Amino acid sequence: MKLITAVVKPHRLDEIKEALQAFGVHGLTVTEASGYGRQRGHTEVYRGAEYTVDLVPKIRIEVLAEDDDAEQLIEVIVKAARTGKIGDGKVWSLPVDTAVRVRTGERGPDAL
Amino acid sequence: MAPAITLAAETQISAANTGFMLICSALVMLMTPALAFFYGGMVRVKSTLNMLMMSFISLGIVTILWVLYGFSMAFGNDSGGIFAWNSDYVGFTGIDKDAIWDGYTIPVLVFAVFQLMFAIITPALISGALADRVKFTAWALFIALWATVVYFPVAHWVWGTGGWAFELGVIDFAGGTAVHINAGAAALGVILVIGKRVGFKKDPMRPHSLPLVMLGAGLLWFGWFGFNAGSWLGNDDGVGSLMFVNTQVATAAAMLAWLIYEKLRHGAFTTLGAASGAVAGLVAITPAGGAVDPLGAIAVGAVAGLLCAMAVGLKYKLGYDDSLDVVGVHLVGGIVGSLLVGFFASGEGQSDVKGLFYGGDASQLGKQAAGVFAVLAYSLVVSAILAFVLDKTIGMRVPEDDEVAGIDQAEHAETAYDFSGAGGGTSRSASVPAAPVTAPAESKKVDA
Repeated sequence: MKLITAVVKPHRLDEIKEALQAFGVHGLTVTEASGYGRQRGHTEVYRGAEYTVDLVPKIRIEVLAEDDDAEQLIEVIVKAARTGKIGDGKVWSLPVDTAVRVRTGERGPDAL
Repeated sequence: MAPAITLAAETQISAANTGFMLICSALVMLMTPALAFFYGGMVRVKSTLNMLMMSFISLGIVTILWVLYGFSMAFGNDSGGIFAWNSDYVGFTGIDKDAIWDGYTIPVLVFAVFQLMFAIITPALISGALADRVKFTAWALFIALWATVVYFPVAHWVWGTGGWAFELGVIDFAGGTAVHINAGAAALGVILVIGKRVGFKKDPMRPHSLPLVMLGAGLLWFGWFGFNAGSWLGNDDGVGSLMFVNTQVATAAAMLAWLIYEKLRHGAFTTLGAASGAVAGLVAITPAGGAVDPLGAIAVGAVAGLLCAMAVGLKYKLGYDDSLDVVGVHLVGGIVGSLLVGFFASGEGQSDVKGLFYGGDASQLGKQAAGVFAVLAYSLVVSAILAFVLDKTIGMRVPEDDEVAGIDQAEHAETAYDFSGAGGGTSRSASVPAAPVTAPAESKKVDA
């Protein structure tokens, strides 16, 4: 199994969710995140005092996938997340030892 | 008989004016919680509650002092133009409920409660300069001392019969000197003693909730109609109405001036700029609104909006931490409004005094400058001394680690916002044991 993690622009969440559903993914986890890459931050001015805000709001999506599906799934996410502008984010995957469905105790791919 | 009847008519209580003044008193009362929100939104999350409480506590402390001796010190019988006292006012015990405030058509009690609201908000204004770092006990003591040795006497100078500034002819309709210059100068005096917040000019100190700031500014604007229009203590001759209109006009002009300045200078129209500009306009029209015409009010507001927008940046250049710009807005705005009376007084408002731009000479400007300078200097020096004494005795500041971790938890044992849907991992402390199932009465007590 693979854990696919995507840190992307918040407004792309709906497109990504729909694309994953269409692909057949039944569950995912979304958290609010903040960070920066090459995009860096932006400047805010309060009563003339300028602040450089480095950390930009992002969402972090985590999906578990079977090994055979992982590459394709990454493509689906990347396609749905892309706007072509700087700050679109990153997607990566990691190997996963095991996964358990809490309700039934099923393990491995059956738990997905 | 005729003169006696005239006299009786003059000294009768007017139900209309009395009702108007009671409403105005309630409006001015609302300004202190409004100020709490205005300031509370501007600080970081970790010191929100402390900022709210610094204003709110003034409602408690100053009210009690006012009844005990404050009203007597501010509006008692004059002695030498500096002090006042009237033992009938001590504890309000000698004030009959239908006794009339001399020369007006409202009861003494109504005048006393209206003026009380001014005495409450003035020390609260100072708190904005002291964000994040002052021990709550020290602040509470400071309010009590400052009201006693600064606000009560200064209110007498400016508004009390026999007060030196009042008799000199300084025009301060609703508190440009007594409230705003007084609080702004005090703020400067205190911060020069207690120093900067940890991380000033290094750490980002963004406002945590601009919606709260806008809410506070909106409520201040609303309450200010009572503050300003009510300061004529009735509206038989229309001066209160003129003040009401000028309050709206100057505030609008100041907000626009601030926004245009920051758009040109920093590239954006900000909500903080709109809120700050509005407050700057309200401050500046406070001393002037009874003396100028509505076009003059536009000028007063626009000049105040522009100068205050420029002044708030000074703290970074000069290195003093006027955290939420009490000096930049209230001191500067108060000075602008007070001095502009000398230029824009139309001669057709509260008095026939004309300013320089309306065919008058410079004599009124001179009087205004005297009032400004005296209140500024007195408040600055005495406030600095008070802060110094408190700092050397009980200490003005919280320990640095408490300041960094957040003054809310250290001083109030509370958190402004619970962001965690799961309850933030809180559990009942051991000192409040969960009640046994058989004792529902006790479990209620725990929940309360």
